[in-house]
Amino acid sequence: MSNNKKKNLPPQAQEYQSFQQEREVKRPVLKNCIKAFLVGGSICLIGQVITTFYIYYFNFTEQTAGNPTVATLIFLTMLLTGLGVYDRIGQFAGAGTAVPVTGFGNAVISAAIEHRTEGFILGVGSSMFKVAGPVIVYGVFSAFVVALIKTILIKWGGL
Amino acid sequence: MIFFWAFVIGGLICVIGQIMFDVFKLSPAHTLTTLVVLGAILDGFGLYEPLIDFAGAGATVPITSFGNNLVHGALEEAKQHGIIGVVTGMFEVTSSGISAAIIFGVIGALLFKPKG
Repeated sequence: MSNNKKKNLPPQAQEYQSFQQEREVKRPVLKNCIKAFLVGGSICLIGQVITTFYIYYFNFTEQTAGNPTVATLIFLTMLLTGLGVYDRIGQFAGAGTAVPVTGFGNAVISAAIEHRTEGFILGVGSSMFKVAGPVIVYGVFSAFVVALIKTILIKWGGL
Repeated sequence: MIFFWAFVIGGLICVIGQIMFDVFKLSPAHTLTTLVVLGAILDGFGLYEPLIDFAGAGATVPITSFGNNLVHGALEEAKQHGIIGVVTGMFEVTSSGISAAIIFGVIGALLFKPKG
């Protein structure tokens, strides 16, 4: 917490804050990073196997094979999420399962399954992108800004 | 060889995510959003395409490729139709990730019951 915010708190709360910081369990950063590296790398390796499969049997090119690969991985994620396996891998791997598209798929699919009791329109339909929504929103917006700048530079900047 | 580099580069991008989790104490949603924006900016400088050529799925599977694809679609369309293409071409390339997530999300909700 920033010092600015801290000043406004009563003294007991400040004391508690520093006490809490002292007692907070240190996260094993290195160990977590190694786990994330191994699991994340493995998911990408599986992705590469699927990509190679699509290139050889369905005439995709290196550039276009990414799309069917992503769809296949998200399909696998659906099965693993539904069976409750993905969360267990996620607890072990941290960012290793969150950063690949499978993590995006898991966020959407688990929200869809979780909210199905609230009905298919108001539950599944409206809660599906609760977690994954920001990714799409800011992905699209930043892509818009980047593409706009680049287009202007190319058109009038003579890039 | 591409299998090896897919593993290494994909793993390294996940390590960046893990560092954002642990060191900067960001939530998963913040981390993923930052990575997508990062992917978009990298493609703006033309750096993401060479990474895909080099590492294959190591670059296309992490969420950063989502930002890359968005920019890519927008730029392709902008080449043909000028400024207006930036808006209309956005989802040209990247539709598969979002459509797959929606389709399998609904199918998953039909098939599976929530646990716990």
